[in-house]
Amino acid sequence: MAASQDSNADHVSQAQLLSEAAEAAPTRQASLWGDAWRRLLRNKLAVIGMVIASMLILIAVFADVIAPYGYAETVAVDLRLTKPSWNFPMGIDQNGRDVFSRVVYGARVSLLVGVAAQLIVLAIGVPVGAMAGYFGGTLDTALMRLVDVVYAIPQLLLVLLIVNMRGPGMSTIFLAIGLTGWVTMARLVRGQMLSIREQEYVKASRVSGAGPGYIIMRHMLPNSMTPIIVALTFGIPTAIFIEASLSFIGVGIRPPQPSWGQMVGTGQQYIRAVQHLMLFPSIAIALTMLAFTFLGDGLRDALDVRLND
Amino acid sequence: MVIDTSVQNQIEQKTGSPDNILEVRNLKKHFQIGGGFLARGGGMNIRAVDDISFVVRRGETFGLVGESGCGKTTLGQTIIRLYNPTEGSIIFNGADISKLNANDLRKHRRAMQMIFQDPSASLDPRMTVGSIISEPLNIYGIGSREERQERVRELLRVVGLNSYFTNRYPHEFSGGQRQRIGIARSLALNPDLVICDEPVSALDVSVQAQVLNLLRQLQNDFNLTYLFIAHNLAVVAHISDRVGVMYLGKLVEVGDAKVITEQPKHPYTQALISAIPVANPNLHRDRIILEGDVPSPANPPSGCRFHPRCPVARADCSETEPELRELAPDHWVACHYAE
Repeated sequence: MAASQDSNADHVSQAQLLSEAAEAAPTRQASLWGDAWRRLLRNKLAVIGMVIASMLILIAVFADVIAPYGYAETVAVDLRLTKPSWNFPMGIDQNGRDVFSRVVYGARVSLLVGVAAQLIVLAIGVPVGAMAGYFGGTLDTALMRLVDVVYAIPQLLLVLLIVNMRGPGMSTIFLAIGLTGWVTMARLVRGQMLSIREQEYVKASRVSGAGPGYIIMRHMLPNSMTPIIVALTFGIPTAIFIEASLSFIGVGIRPPQPSWGQMVGTGQQYIRAVQHLMLFPSIAIALTMLAFTFLGDGLRDALDVRLND
Repeated sequence: MVIDTSVQNQIEQKTGSPDNILEVRNLKKHFQIGGGFLARGGGMNIRAVDDISFVVRRGETFGLVGESGCGKTTLGQTIIRLYNPTEGSIIFNGADISKLNANDLRKHRRAMQMIFQDPSASLDPRMTVGSIISEPLNIYGIGSREERQERVRELLRVVGLNSYFTNRYPHEFSGGQRQRIGIARSLALNPDLVICDEPVSALDVSVQAQVLNLLRQLQNDFNLTYLFIAHNLAVVAHISDRVGVMYLGKLVEVGDAKVITEQPKHPYTQALISAIPVANPNLHRDRIILEGDVPSPANPPSGCRFHPRCPVARADCSETEPELRELAPDHWVACHYAE
């Protein structure tokens, strides 16, 4: 081996070095996000999820334009509990309001709660997880035991407690969901940090003189983006569902402002007489959940660099 | 803790000279495994690097060999302070860097860089080649944006890559090309000492020779000193001026690469040398087959750590630990019976 290595090495000339370098020169200018986007578009379910989610966002933003009536507007008292018809595609509710308009306005509440709650989750969960994972030791132990404590309390109970303390309302809802939901994110980020911290490129960065802040921001968080984005996408339907549950049992969004969960809750009181009051908001909840779940699945596959084709 | 003063004295006679770029004295790195908050018992103490002393002279290549698990990678990473040493000192360019805080370390470590084993793991998959190579320059705030970009292109040319690769991502390159990128990064700060941690063991044999040649050429061009860590004695002997052989966290033999390969004195080195295949089918040699496995560094054997596997061990080998002694000029062996 020693001998063969020797002769081998001595015969490799500068020209060969250069030719080896020129060979297999990648021709395509690649960008990681561009590749991920292309992979996402190839996934049919993800595209369906994306289309539905974008429609929901459009509906929520342009609710004023889309809804034919206001959400609290009594259209026709004498038409109370009328079934769906041409003029009222989703029927009329027990107070004579247009259900279609209320479902449209309900999208606002759901998306706002979903997104705002996830922003709080992001703002608490990521720094806590990153610090615990990077620094380890006592800080890690302290933070993770806190996470365990929060995790041990059923989320719905904790949310109910916060809602009771602050009184119902939109901001209370997403605050409550955010303040209880960050623990999962913190655990996820900590796990990512623990595995990335031992990667050679992090060691290389330390050798290059990088401090903890630089390493976390430039190496560890960018490389944790995939699971974070996926968790956020899955977190949105969860938050929407919690809001729906709270509103269903009557401690969520205050009437007359509509929320899908609250509409389902009211509708089930009239379930024997008319079904449409419950049906349409339920479909809206289900579609939203499905859309974000498809999108989350698609993103997880698309963002995985190692599956690169 | 008993400090092995005789070794220290012997080494120190050779130290203090500006010829030595790196002096490692009685370096220890122990890892505490278990024994946490709620754990029962005290846990284990892994003695990955246990009382190692050697010097690296300016301009030379010092090879460090040993089986996997002998602590050579830990030693390299402790010298560059990726791990904090448990004990001992690391004198680099005349200054002890073993106890420096993060800030002072940044200043002193600038001239010491590292090439890592796995070229795909040592490059951040989410960064372009340009930002990977210029990272040390960014961190130390060297030059303007344009100057850094020019430096990156220059470094790419130096390691034999095309200078228009800067916007590409690591996964677009082959293993050999990635290792060249890693080498370019290690050169960005104009280091004096480069620790090469198994730089070719993840590469194909055909590419190994090219990368080794590149390292040699760079050493000439930039007056580099290498601490070359590998498990392949053939590779180490090929590239090194002097070689240190490690076994279970200890150095067992240090000397000139030629002398070590031709006249190994320590029974462990002899066994390693006899295992190197020779490209001559007519040549028959007696191979020394070692029995058993490397013992656990958590619970090393008493006396000479090699004695349970040593073909020439005697009774007292299990009682007294041999110290490195100078058998011939600049040839150190840690064996009671080597001569």
